[in-house]
Amino acid sequence: MATAILAEGLRKSYPPDVQALDGLNLSVEAGTIFGLLGPNGAGKSTTIRVLSTLSRPDGGSASVAGIDVLADPVGVRRAIGVVGQKHGGAPEATGRENLVLQGEFYGITGRELRRRVDGSLERFGLRDAGDRPAKTYSGGMQRRLDIAMGLLHRPQVLFLDEPTTGLDPEARSEMWHEIERLAVEEQMTILLSTHYMEEADRLASQLAIVDRGRVVVEGAPAELKSALRGDTIHIELADLERADARDALAGVAGVEEVSLTGRTLRARARDGGAAIPEVLAALDARGVKALSVTLARPSLDEVYLRHAGRAFAQAHNGHEEVAV
Amino acid sequence: MTAVRQTWQVTLRGIRVFVRQPAYLAMTLTQPIIWLLLFGALFKAITKIPGFHGGSYINFLTPGIVVMLAVSSAGWTGMGFIEDIASGVIDRELASPVWRGALNAGSVIYAALMVALQTVLIVALALVLGANYVGGVGGVLLLILVAALLAAAFASLSNGVALLARQREALIGAVTFVILPLTFLSTALMQQSLVPAWIRTVARFNPVNWAVEAGRSAAMQHIDWGLVASRIGLLLALTLFSATLATRAFVHYQRSL
Repeated sequence: MATAILAEGLRKSYPPDVQALDGLNLSVEAGTIFGLLGPNGAGKSTTIRVLSTLSRPDGGSASVAGIDVLADPVGVRRAIGVVGQKHGGAPEATGRENLVLQGEFYGITGRELRRRVDGSLERFGLRDAGDRPAKTYSGGMQRRLDIAMGLLHRPQVLFLDEPTTGLDPEARSEMWHEIERLAVEEQMTILLSTHYMEEADRLASQLAIVDRGRVVVEGAPAELKSALRGDTIHIELADLERADARDALAGVAGVEEVSLTGRTLRARARDGGAAIPEVLAALDARGVKALSVTLARPSLDEVYLRHAGRAFAQAHNGHEEVAV
Repeated sequence: MTAVRQTWQVTLRGIRVFVRQPAYLAMTLTQPIIWLLLFGALFKAITKIPGFHGGSYINFLTPGIVVMLAVSSAGWTGMGFIEDIASGVIDRELASPVWRGALNAGSVIYAALMVALQTVLIVALALVLGANYVGGVGGVLLLILVAALLAAAFASLSNGVALLARQREALIGAVTFVILPLTFLSTALMQQSLVPAWIRTVARFNPVNWAVEAGRSAAMQHIDWGLVASRIGLLLALTLFSATLATRAFVHYQRSL
């Protein structure tokens, strides 16, 4: 398969001392959805800005749709659609006017432009709202307009920078449908950045976890999860720094990678559910009191924790509370 | 051709904002009236100053007020860019193959059209108040032209500052810092022979004064073609220069992304 996006050794720093990109490599096959996953400030947006020609890297090279972003930025701009983190639509203009303006910027005019504008209003469920100012739209409608604008000139590659941030759950799930439909029906290459694990898990066929300006791990979501080989057990202890708790767990068969931070004891187990009774018994035998036990199924959160080594988000998805 | 279409689309966007916001529309249209009445009342005694030979106060002041309003209206043009930077509009535009010049030129043409409209209002009101347009319709059209050119030059500069500074406060600072001195270092409100010599010297290099001199000569006096043509030439050169500057400021803006 052809490569739609290729980035090699991208570097970019901002004064005074922010290293936004620190040798980032990326390769995205044509016709796939590729997820860029990482916490705020990891370098996802900078990557998208560089690939979409908004920003020039300090070093490295990149091409999109086979066109070099540094040598021929205008060529790249014609081939890509960009939906930024913020709404890029003019708030006082109607949905239709925004689409017309966008089309003119890409040199689409006259009857062809009107046809495409009507078509995309229809397709994105904005037909009835098309003649209302965009500032009266709901968050989900504004996002649909943003995407309609990004697609009007039929780009080969679409960049979506955190497309569902700030949307309510219903609008988010609608947006996911829309993005899936684009990939299936249009065979478009989509580079999607997100800090929602669930989003990357559901949409992306390949993903890269980005941290501190570089890719820390890359693969298909299922591949990354199965590479974890098992579940994670989190145990909240009643007392701080009970080193003997760690020793207790180390003795349990099938439990590995035991670590203790403060009150939190973490361990991996091939079958977490089956290991819990033995783990609790082992703790009990040493007189260590556990307040709660949480079992995490293999999830991208866990993948992230393992590879980037710091908590991804406060709320952990995919955890099951187990009563003690 | 594409460049013209794109420029017009950007201008159209400004016009839509203008007609769709009744408060903004009302303010833009009443401002010239207030200025003319206010400055007219304040400077009515100007004709009594010994050595004043500018004719009636309304004849003398009208071109000055037109030009003052042109710089102070156009000076705020960059606010649109500041809002567009904050809302993500500029980034979306810059990720498209649109000609960068159109983004500036479109908003500059809109600013110039607004000033032309305000000038028409001032000219009409002054006529009611007794102004005598010696230069006739042609002279008035030239007054509108110089006001629009001056507005265009300052609109581009304002856009350039907005792209470089990217902050509301910086633009407000720059505009308030520049406008009053430029106005008072000109013959907009005072006859040239009555201002101190150093102001006369500075005024020769002041674009606001170029517009005042050309507008006053064309609309209110027996036109001095040499003066009017040279001032229009200077204003035209400044307009092109500042438009080039503003367009290049996009490169600088993108470098900071």
